[in-house]
Amino acid sequence: MSDPILVTENLEKRFGGVVAASEISLSLYPGETVAVIGSNGAGKTTFVNMVTGYLKPSSGTIRFRGRDITGSSPRKTAQAGIRRSFQISQIFPQLTALENMMMAEIAAADGKGGLRATALTDTRMKTGRAVLDRFGLSQHADARVGTLPQGVKKQLDIAMAAIDDPALILLDEPTSGVSVDEKIEMMERVIEPLKADDATLLFIEHDMDIVTRFAERTVAFYEGKILSDGPTAEVLADTEVRRYVIGGVHA
Amino acid sequence: MMKTDFRREPLYIAILAGLLILGFFLPSWLRFLLQTAMAGGLVAVGVSLQMRAGLVNFGQGLYYALGGYAVGMLAAQAGITDIFLLLIAAVVVSTVAGVILGLLLSRYREIFYAMLSLAVSMILYGLLVKAAWLGSTDGFNIPSLSYLGWTPSRAVRPDVYYITTAILTVLACLATARYLTSGAGMLCEAVAENEIRLEYLGANPRKVAFIVIVVAAALSGLGGGLLAMSTGHVDPLMTNWTTSGGFVFVALLAGRGSTIAPMIGFFLLELVRNYALDLAPNAWQMILGAVMLMVILLLPEGLWSLVERRRKA
Amino acid sequence: MLKFTAIMLDGMNYAAWLFLVAVGLTLIYGVMRILNIAHGAFYAIGAYVCASALGVFYAAGLPGALAFAVMGVVALVAGVIVGLAVERGVLRFLYGRDEVLMVLVTYALFLILEDAVKLIWGVESYFVYQPYAYFGFIEINGLPYQVYDLMIVALAIVLGIALWFWLERSRMGRMTTAVVADREISAAMGINVTRIFATTFAIGTVFAVIGGVVTAPKISVTPGIGAEVIILAFAVVVVGGLGSIPGAAIGALFAGYARAMSVHLAPAYELFAIYAVMAVVLAIRPHGLFARASGRKI
Repeated sequence: MSDPILVTENLEKRFGGVVAASEISLSLYPGETVAVIGSNGAGKTTFVNMVTGYLKPSSGTIRFRGRDITGSSPRKTAQAGIRRSFQISQIFPQLTALENMMMAEIAAADGKGGLRATALTDTRMKTGRAVLDRFGLSQHADARVGTLPQGVKKQLDIAMAAIDDPALILLDEPTSGVSVDEKIEMMERVIEPLKADDATLLFIEHDMDIVTRFAERTVAFYEGKILSDGPTAEVLADTEVRRYVIGGVHA
Repeated sequence: MMKTDFRREPLYIAILAGLLILGFFLPSWLRFLLQTAMAGGLVAVGVSLQMRAGLVNFGQGLYYALGGYAVGMLAAQAGITDIFLLLIAAVVVSTVAGVILGLLLSRYREIFYAMLSLAVSMILYGLLVKAAWLGSTDGFNIPSLSYLGWTPSRAVRPDVYYITTAILTVLACLATARYLTSGAGMLCEAVAENEIRLEYLGANPRKVAFIVIVVAAALSGLGGGLLAMSTGHVDPLMTNWTTSGGFVFVALLAGRGSTIAPMIGFFLLELVRNYALDLAPNAWQMILGAVMLMVILLLPEGLWSLVERRRKA
Repeated sequence: MLKFTAIMLDGMNYAAWLFLVAVGLTLIYGVMRILNIAHGAFYAIGAYVCASALGVFYAAGLPGALAFAVMGVVALVAGVIVGLAVERGVLRFLYGRDEVLMVLVTYALFLILEDAVKLIWGVESYFVYQPYAYFGFIEINGLPYQVYDLMIVALAIVLGIALWFWLERSRMGRMTTAVVADREISAAMGINVTRIFATTFAIGTVFAVIGGVVTAPKISVTPGIGAEVIILAFAVVVVGGLGSIPGAAIGALFAGYARAMSVHLAPAYELFAIYAVMAVVLAIRPHGLFARASGRKI
């Protein structure tokens, strides 16, 4: 197996007396698609927040592509090649979908001194449209995204995270807020272009159907610790995982 | 299509240039009004730029005054009368101030930025008013200026100053348009909309804010210098909250669609003020305030949005 | 020793005045998220109305002691009328809009009210010094100290405590605190947010007007006092933390004593004293001493 792309060792996060996460040690390998499950407060988002720089770990290390990124700011982790989408989609509501994509592209170029160059070019608009196309968002290109349905906003959030072909993408509950019958379709529409770039994918999910269908590996969190980590079918069949996370028999 | 395609700016600026050429032939009082309006218009453009990033600067007059006083002090006290040197000095001084204040204030947004920018401009006001050697509230006059050694005669002076102002204004607008199509210029709107998203994409919202503050400062300093040249006089009112308020008013009214919108807007403002001060000197601010309220309630995107709507239809 | 006493007394005076002038601003922001630039105009209106009312009062030859009652009534009535007029007449149509937009709105209102004052009262100065001299002065360490100033300090303390009590103990006060914490949930729990807003704005306005009313006998009332005051109020509120009433008190103390020290020890820097304090505080705590902690956004 090739070298892991992300290695966390004994990550711990305390807020005063509360331990939100502890002993988080895991490795992600290039090209993997990993699902992270666990009840609310189990530490899933805390983990993602530490990896993306929103939270500084109380102890432990995070190495990305061999480099120590523990405690780096969100900006630095993004520049290193880690991107994320959010539970509440973080988009530019007053701008159109095309403008959102263009802003994302320009922003991604900032790290490489891209602010001085002329940014409003036909090439950029073409690339923007192309990305929207890949994610099935073309029909919204000229619509103000603030008025679009929740599912579309989340897709856009994910599409923006995919700008610049990041090596690692973390999706925080990508299908939350999306209606049950649309979930699978939406995931298919985003997973496909993301996988096409051979990115490593990690997504937090509560819907076990989505987990089974899209992730070959699953990590289960419980009370701030990793309860189980392995091939999806095995993890979901694990008795402890069933007791503490999934809650009994799941259809 | 982009909401506002600033690549179209040079077209509008060409229209402005055309208007300014025609303006050369206006009756002298009206042409002078146009000239001083261009100077103030640059400051309004500066306010408008910052507004795109969500920063409302209620004290842009600070840079306007710094530019004007730089010209005034160098000319009246250091004996430097070359226009090119003076205007460069005006821009340098205001840009340096922009860098310092930008470093201090670029972390603030919205109302905090508004309050602090207002406070800083009034500190300068207080300083200037207390400075007896600078003429206190009266300010001081500026000797006649020269161009690389040639001092225009009295007769030609108004023409020369008008042409200088017109050319520099057009150049400043072109530079602004270039800025607006650059990455830093475009990201301003993103900063106003969602800084978190920007950070998680690897961008630095604070840097974007810093840049727009400095660009606006430079424009305003040039405006102040041009005003000093045109009127031959500077006084502390340039940095008073009432002056700054005028720029905010115009920027709000004009909307964000084009650099020439605040320029034309400021000209119209000065024109109306010219008449209003004769008719109702104690109601001018009231009229401004009432119009501002109406614009906020009815046309949140400013008057330029009417132009855009018609184009789209 | 003399200088020390002078600084102590002046600082106290100035702090009390700053508190009266700033607390309404911070209260309104805290509850309604509106930075009310028109606050300065309310102050000016208070001063002018006081000057006019007392002008009539003294012309009618009524006993001097009653003047204070007049001032109190004037402050309450003017404050409530102006506050409700602005809130019901303009602001309530704009609730929920962008905070920056609200600043532009209150700025526009400031412009309108400033000229309204000029139209009603003209541009000459008004003097109504009688209340200031009424109680004479006492001597502290050999320095003359107007009893009126002591009364302002007492008033600031009493009103400050009263406001705190109201917010902590009274029913409406506690509902107001709830609205500060979370507007939506308060409404969902049945709190009449509209009534809270109207009441809060009226209270904030009354405080501004009180500031103007008690100051009128000490100054010449002219156009422009509103603009001067709003800048100072900003400085105090920024130092204390927007929305915090204890913050306004501490900010007023810092600023008041900074100015007093500057006036007596380094008069050339008087203008900067308050802003220097502001700069120092902001360098350590960028959003003021008692700024509200902001919640998680993602």
